[in-house]
Amino acid sequence: MAYTVSRSKLTFGEKLYLPAVLAGLKITINHLIKVLTGKTKVTMQYPEERWDTHLPEHYRGAPTLVTDEHGRERCVACQLCEFICPPRAITIKPGEIKDGDRWRKVEKFPQEFEIDMIRCIYCGLCEEVCPEQAIFLRKDYAITGLTRAEMVHKKDRLYELGGVMTGLVFKWNEKK
Amino acid sequence: MTDILLGLVWALVKAVGLVFVIILPMVSYTVYAERRVSAMIQDRLGPNRVGPMGLLQPIADAVKLLLKEDFTPASVNKFYYWLAPACAMAPSLMALAVIPFGSNLFGLPMVVANVDVGVLWVFAVSSLGVYGIVLAGWSSNSKYPFLGGIRSSSQMISYELSLGLSVIPIFLICGTLNLPNIVKYQIENGWLISPIWLKGISLTGINFPLLVSSIFSVDALVKILLWVPLFISFVVFMVSMFAETNRLPFDLPESETELVGGYHTEYSSMKFALFFLGEYAAMITGSAVIVTLFFGAWHVPFLPNDPSQFPWLGDLVLGIIHIAAFFIKVAILLFFFIWVRWTLPRFRYDQLMRLGWYFFFEIALANILLVAIILAFAPK
Repeated sequence: MAYTVSRSKLTFGEKLYLPAVLAGLKITINHLIKVLTGKTKVTMQYPEERWDTHLPEHYRGAPTLVTDEHGRERCVACQLCEFICPPRAITIKPGEIKDGDRWRKVEKFPQEFEIDMIRCIYCGLCEEVCPEQAIFLRKDYAITGLTRAEMVHKKDRLYELGGVMTGLVFKWNEKK
Repeated sequence: MTDILLGLVWALVKAVGLVFVIILPMVSYTVYAERRVSAMIQDRLGPNRVGPMGLLQPIADAVKLLLKEDFTPASVNKFYYWLAPACAMAPSLMALAVIPFGSNLFGLPMVVANVDVGVLWVFAVSSLGVYGIVLAGWSSNSKYPFLGGIRSSSQMISYELSLGLSVIPIFLICGTLNLPNIVKYQIENGWLISPIWLKGISLTGINFPLLVSSIFSVDALVKILLWVPLFISFVVFMVSMFAETNRLPFDLPESETELVGGYHTEYSSMKFALFFLGEYAAMITGSAVIVTLFFGAWHVPFLPNDPSQFPWLGDLVLGIIHIAAFFIKVAILLFFFIWVRWTLPRFRYDQLMRLGWYFFFEIALANILLVAIILAFAPK
């Protein structure tokens, strides 16, 4: 059984079609005028305007390494982040802290710590898994480079981005 | 002999000047305007990165299109495939030859070819543009271009009729096909879009007796009567021009949603650009014809056309003002084309054909009859 769609009877004015065209033209020109007079909010003009000040605290930008108030690098090269990283962006080469060092009891430190920012998917698992609160996703989002090598963040670059983070759990307290 | 040669040289200078100095830059900036206006209508900003306000965008586009790979698919009919883009671009530029785009400059009339067939030439040549599209559709040897080509040919043939018939009232009124003469008629009797013209008013002063006599006269009454059919003929002509130039709401030959890219699906690089620019050139030609027929071409209201009436305004300045006036009018119409495009949805194909054959054709015919009756009873 065919289903009959009920069509409304159009008046002569509606059948002429031109009034509807004019009404449509009026709507579109109003939009045009509103943009021209700046009444419409348009997209943020990115390189000139940035949303840096509006970034939320939990924003997941580039992963970075942090140092604490004692100037000690918090990473102990346990490599948990390396193992959990879904795109395998992190490469760590652990090294042993030498005898006589103030932080000898920490035992290990990362000799090399690389995050390949071409691979990184900004998932934040490294930050979640880190037992030492050493790796944090900060608010840097415009990570660019002209070569692949440039896009691999080495240890010094990671500390540069991360900076010092205070008020974290201090597991390696000297009195303990 | 030297006269003929000199005439030829001047005609060439005018043609080259018109096409390369005015029309081609205008084409590329129409593309830019299209993008900016469409963006603003949709509450966006459009291309604003290249140069101040994005004004160098057309140059960037041209460079991009020139540098792209010019790919010819293996399955195409090479000869016609190469011929089609030229066929799409050339007719719209050729049609401009008879358009009077200015009064006089250095004592030369600003029309490339002042021929008596005038508007017939425009129709004859601009309808050749369909060959570019048909050839492209056919030679591409692919489904979607083929459908686009078929649609285009039937659409253009349908609307050619109402396009041609809707301007016959103008020839009945003016009694000439020669475009410069039609412009002259409009200067003397008012633009054909609104033939009620108040005579005797100009920047130099008001001539009251002439003004009064132009309002209270049988002539004025006839003109008010003529205004109705002329307006109908303007609407029919305008809409048919939209269909003729494949602009929305009649852009079925290249409807992206159904036919991928339509007739130019298989084209790339500069060959695609020729189709693309050809469409915009056709738009400019169409607007130029509308301006010439209905909006008094280069005529500026209330500005005397004879430089002797306006001694402080030089011959040269007046000529330039007239050329500028013509292209400002064209630009306004182009804006209207763009504006309509971003307002109306595309017609269904049966609606398009119905509109062309059932309505516009009949309206245009009835309109001719109406004008003929009015003119038959009007005192000479």
